[in-house]
Amino acid sequence: MISEQHQLMASQANSGARMTRRNFLQQTAALGIGGSAALTLLNACGSPLASSGTHVTYWNLFGGGDGVRMVQMENNFSQSHPNINLEAVTLAWGAPYYTKLAMAAAGGRPPDVAISHMTRVPIYASENLLDPFDIDELARYGITEDKFLPAIWQRAHYNGKLYTIPLDTHPFVLYYNTDICQKAGLLNADGSLKPLNSPEVLMDAFKRAQQVTGPGTFGLAAEAQAITAWRLFYTLYSQLGGEVLSADGKTLTMDDTKAEQVLSFMADLTLKSKVASPFQDYAGAVALFGSGKAAFHWNGEWEVTTFLAQKDLHFNMAPFPQLYDTYRVQADSHAFILPHQLAVDPARRAGALEYISYMLKNSQNWAAGGHIPAYLPVTESDAYKQLKPQSNYASVAANAVLDPIAWFSGSGSELENQAGAAFQGVFTGAMTSTQALQQFKAALQKLLAIPAFN
Amino acid sequence: MSEMSLKEELQTATSTSRNQDLVRTNNRKRWRTDLTGWLFVLPFLLIFIIFLVWPVIFGFRMSFFNWTIGGNGSSHFLGLANYQELMGDGAFWKALGVTLIFTVISTPILVVLALGLALLVNRAIPAQALFRTIFFAPFILPVSVVTLIWSWIYQPGFGLIDGTLTNLGLSEIQWLTDPTIAMIAVIILTIWWTVGFNFVVYLAGMQQISPELYEAASIDGAGTWARIRYLTIPLLNRFTSLIVILQVIASLQLFTQTYLLTSGGPNYSTRSVIHYIYDTGFTSFRLGYASAMSYVFFVIILVVAVSQFALVSRQSRKGRNA
Repeated sequence: MISEQHQLMASQANSGARMTRRNFLQQTAALGIGGSAALTLLNACGSPLASSGTHVTYWNLFGGGDGVRMVQMENNFSQSHPNINLEAVTLAWGAPYYTKLAMAAAGGRPPDVAISHMTRVPIYASENLLDPFDIDELARYGITEDKFLPAIWQRAHYNGKLYTIPLDTHPFVLYYNTDICQKAGLLNADGSLKPLNSPEVLMDAFKRAQQVTGPGTFGLAAEAQAITAWRLFYTLYSQLGGEVLSADGKTLTMDDTKAEQVLSFMADLTLKSKVASPFQDYAGAVALFGSGKAAFHWNGEWEVTTFLAQKDLHFNMAPFPQLYDTYRVQADSHAFILPHQLAVDPARRAGALEYISYMLKNSQNWAAGGHIPAYLPVTESDAYKQLKPQSNYASVAANAVLDPIAWFSGSGSELENQAGAAFQGVFTGAMTSTQALQQFKAALQKLLAIPAFN
Repeated sequence: MSEMSLKEELQTATSTSRNQDLVRTNNRKRWRTDLTGWLFVLPFLLIFIIFLVWPVIFGFRMSFFNWTIGGNGSSHFLGLANYQELMGDGAFWKALGVTLIFTVISTPILVVLALGLALLVNRAIPAQALFRTIFFAPFILPVSVVTLIWSWIYQPGFGLIDGTLTNLGLSEIQWLTDPTIAMIAVIILTIWWTVGFNFVVYLAGMQQISPELYEAASIDGAGTWARIRYLTIPLLNRFTSLIVILQVIASLQLFTQTYLLTSGGPNYSTRSVIHYIYDTGFTSFRLGYASAMSYVFFVIILVVAVSQFALVSRQSRKGRNA
């Protein structure tokens, strides 16, 4: 580009002081072409032309604490695989990520491998935006069915084909401040949390903790809106044995009695027992627990990195309590997918599989960020069992409930948005349990009636 | 072709063919001038067509199909079904109501407040430049920073406002969790963030008013208020109409600050039309229906803008005739 400019100036000097219009146009055109050629060369710096070895592009949505860990793992991979040139791109979580991914796949130039929430896969698979995995090929990389929990392996399929390779399970968990809980008499002699196995016991624990922290505080710091409202509802509703949608995702199967029972419990937290603020948002809840101002916090396990960084905070983690009949907890799974390629380059596909295999086998690193590795050889290892507090809740992976299967469901989906909007009103008292449930059901009915993906 | 050759041509031409030649060269000259003009415009024109005109046409086509993000619905022609769905879609009309309420409340404040600030700063006061900077500074912040600042100011329990209120023994305000107050919170944020632009336009307008006019008015016995009422404000008329039109269009496009601050909540009480279109297109992947909504909203903005222009130009005609 710079040399082009020199040329232009030189030719200007040669042609004398007066530059004709034709000359100018010719030169500009030359510069334009030269410029784009230079750009192509610049682009090439980041592409396979510039270095030997297979080029593999990888997209993910990890922007927070787990993003830092992901980058470390990517660097480790690059160091141990000099023959593979990995280009990793991190994009914004949620709708921005899924839109870009879909657009790239629809346009025929997607990354070789990408991360998706397992719950978001059906819509991509049904839109032909993904390539299924070849089971035999996977076996050559040590990825076989027996290395995963049966339920999650099952969920990785769509229409009988394997579309995802799960990297982790990330459940809803309970964080507790050990200093406050100790004072409130909620800990066993060994420092573990006494069982909180009914709504009454749990409420009582929150109240006792609240007495320790004093007036103006809450026993539980938790987001009382949006996605956490859904996670809490779906966890407890599943513990009662309820189901939101039929297995084919086409009919609403909401059990009103069970749902209202859960919603009444949620209203009790903020309005009757007043152990949690009805107005708490996500960032505020994390800040309150992180600064030691609340005894309990419930959220996804990924905030463990945030809390470990707080020097003065003494905390521990436990599975989300079992309050009703069967143990269930809301979760999702980060999984690898192969976005649909117009023409598969075998070398790049092999590189992508090698990368997936490496990430699974080295997911001990990933586990430190809170997520439960899906690859059983890692979760069964001693190194993982000694990882505290992260391995405390590893057992729940077997009882995880993922969001219902439907095109409008999954992490960051319209179903979660609608649930958050309706259930927030239950926390604040703007709506009764019945009203909120009717609103949520009406929203789901409307989504079920939409022809787009049915 | 250079001027030299043109001259030679003219000189060597016979008298009979001279007129014809002149016509021909003139035509060629005009053609060449036109071509040059087009060539200069071409780079922009290409971008304009590829990224604006074509998507507008393409989007209009999409609005008649059951178009999804994978483009699979392009074969599924729906006719006017998307538009019919829109007519009966409560969520769309609610979002449109949110956008209109925001516009109706925020626009007058953003205009009057900007005028007031400009009047204050335009006087010979100490540290004038400092005030100018203070009022304009928020405008240069990116929206993400603005909403981050305000989400902590509005934070319940220990936020700047609620923390202070509780310390004073007063009750908290539910900034982002009460439907009515959340809208007020969004309006306050928007005013703080964008009033600086209108303020600067007004200030520039005021500085164009000749000091002699004020001098003459003072000699005639006009006080401060009379000078503002009968001199400054009428002379700023053109600026006011510009600001109002720009402001209404900007307010109708409400999206980013609510998307980031409240996610449209609580219970969709701050979800604007554009936010709903975004949700439909990019969370639910229903591009066909989202396109249909975009076109209806586009027509609404167009009607508002055109009627404003008509109103303003009629007023200014009346002003000239009087």
